[in-house]
Amino acid sequence: QAAWCELPSRVLLVLTSQRGVQVRPGGDWGVPRGVGPSPWVTQTCSLPAHSVFARGIAAAGGRFICVGTSSGAVLVFDIPPKGTNVTLSEVLEQHRDPITDIAAEQGQAPDGAGDLVTADDSGTLCLWSTEEEFTLLGKIPGSGSTCSSVTLWNGIVAAGYGNGQIRLWEAGSGRIRAQVSAHARWIYALDLAPLTGKLLSGAEDSFVHVWKLSRNPDTDDIEIQHCHAECVTDTQVCGARFCDPTGDTFAVTGYDLSEILCY
Amino acid sequence: MSARTLPLLFLNLGGEMLYILDQRLRAQSIPGEKARKDEWTDVDRKRVMNDIISTMFNKKFMEELFKPQDLYSKKALRTVYDRLAHASIMRLNQASMDKLYDLMTMAFKYQVLLCPRPRDILLVTFNHLDAIKDFISDSPGILNQVDETFRQLIETYNCLSDGEFQLIRQTLLIFFQDMHIRVSIFLKDKVQNSNGRFVLPISGPVPWGTEVPGLIRIFNHKGVEVKRAEFTTAGNYVTPQREGSFELYGDRVLKLGTNMYSVTRPVETHMSGSSKNPASQAKENIVPNPLAKEELNFLARLLGGLDIQKPAGGETGFRLNLFTSDEEEEHAAQTRPEELSYKVINIEATQEPGRRAELSRILGELEVAEPRPGSAEKGEDLLALMDEL
Repeated sequence: QAAWCELPSRVLLVLTSQRGVQVRPGGDWGVPRGVGPSPWVTQTCSLPAHSVFARGIAAAGGRFICVGTSSGAVLVFDIPPKGTNVTLSEVLEQHRDPITDIAAEQGQAPDGAGDLVTADDSGTLCLWSTEEEFTLLGKIPGSGSTCSSVTLWNGIVAAGYGNGQIRLWEAGSGRIRAQVSAHARWIYALDLAPLTGKLLSGAEDSFVHVWKLSRNPDTDDIEIQHCHAECVTDTQVCGARFCDPTGDTFAVTGYDLSEILCY
Repeated sequence: MSARTLPLLFLNLGGEMLYILDQRLRAQSIPGEKARKDEWTDVDRKRVMNDIISTMFNKKFMEELFKPQDLYSKKALRTVYDRLAHASIMRLNQASMDKLYDLMTMAFKYQVLLCPRPRDILLVTFNHLDAIKDFISDSPGILNQVDETFRQLIETYNCLSDGEFQLIRQTLLIFFQDMHIRVSIFLKDKVQNSNGRFVLPISGPVPWGTEVPGLIRIFNHKGVEVKRAEFTTAGNYVTPQREGSFELYGDRVLKLGTNMYSVTRPVETHMSGSSKNPASQAKENIVPNPLAKEELNFLARLLGGLDIQKPAGGETGFRLNLFTSDEEEEHAAQTRPEELSYKVINIEATQEPGRRAELSRILGELEVAEPRPGSAEKGEDLLALMDEL
């Protein structure tokens, strides 16, 4: 897995694999460096002994990067504003199944709602506050289906599941607020456009859907509407991401596809 | 990656291989009394199937296979099937073996890709095993071996979560990535496009446990449903009727993994340099020592455990052609695109003298004489073999 993590001080590229976790500074890609000592300074951390792979990456709390592992542990790395001294600050051990995805709050969290959500193979979701230290605020138990991807926006957890469902949960109370029979196959990717609340879902059924999340601050009504469906013929969609924070464009990748499709 | 993928890969590919061999043997067989000495009969066919299946389900072999481990490299796996295909009196030329392997891999790739749920890969495996049991239904000894493996599959896999199955599925899909060999029977049935990619239908039953897409349900903060909405898409899905059985016996419901060949449908492939990224394939070919040390050792142990039958004196070794004529086979061998050639491993001995001796001994026992190109008689291969002894 690979993810760009935007921290206030710097942007980092985080890579996970069976070997461990690599954190690289986001550099100036356009400048040719030529042959010579590598301009990249990378830190590689190996996984705890009982983990087999790392999966799930998110920036949290302004100075941390969280990475999930196959043992269910979430590694929290402390990133200094400058330099390469990345240290493992904490290990969160609330999940008993392999972590599938981690997401940080991309909008404005209501009070008590937490700003980080972690998901695992059993469908269990954990909500965390990252203020002083990482504190578990609540747990939403799974109900038989793997939660494959998750996003957090304005206190709404949007979770995609292996059975094709999308569910919206209220982060503060842990209550379910919406259930969508969204896809006919395993949902691989969810992405959110924070300026508009648009949600993108991509699945093995070849479909990509665009939805609109909304939360009424007065009535506290949470809604999801379907905006658009796109079928990527004969392709199992593996990745889907908005290309801008308003969600006007998005990109899609698929199995056996060497191209990135932009819509 | 999942360390539990190899048994599923091996058994399903083996199953496909048996379907194809059975079809070709039937297509080329002559009723017993009328057959000349160099022609296939039903008795020969049954014998070949029995030999191969019995080798495949060898107890020690299965024990090794089920140990948690990474997948073999493509070359190592190909070598295992080479040996397996030659576990009886049957011989295959390089071209026929290449074609057999192409068909096996594309068929299983298709099955993995189209599995509705990740866990349905187990149903596909069970379909193959059910059919294998049918092939050897009158050999209780071998039947027992297969049932043992069946039970081990159930024990190992039935308890795995969806997430773990998805990881297995992803491991398999990565193994099959960028393979786009066109298969005639797939093209005819419109399950494969002319560019080699499989057709993914957006209609039909949804997987068991999934709802037909279209419904949005909204709940208030007390958990009470307050609104329903619907959306439509181009898809045309329906609810499934029932779930397949994961028991030793039962209706699997899923058709993937059942025998799609019959005597009247010839198995053909179109050779096309269909990889859009030949660079990635080329990289694999230039690795000087294709087997890592661990793989080498394991492979040697496996091969050492295979009870290879050599044609004894008086019996004939038979050659099977996967093409419709020898000329076609010869032509296929000469025109196979470079990037699609399976460089079958010549197992190099390792540095350690002890290992080298052991490996040489194993290899010596397995040595099979390559049939002379163009030879059409079954018996000739046996003579060639005897000449070299």
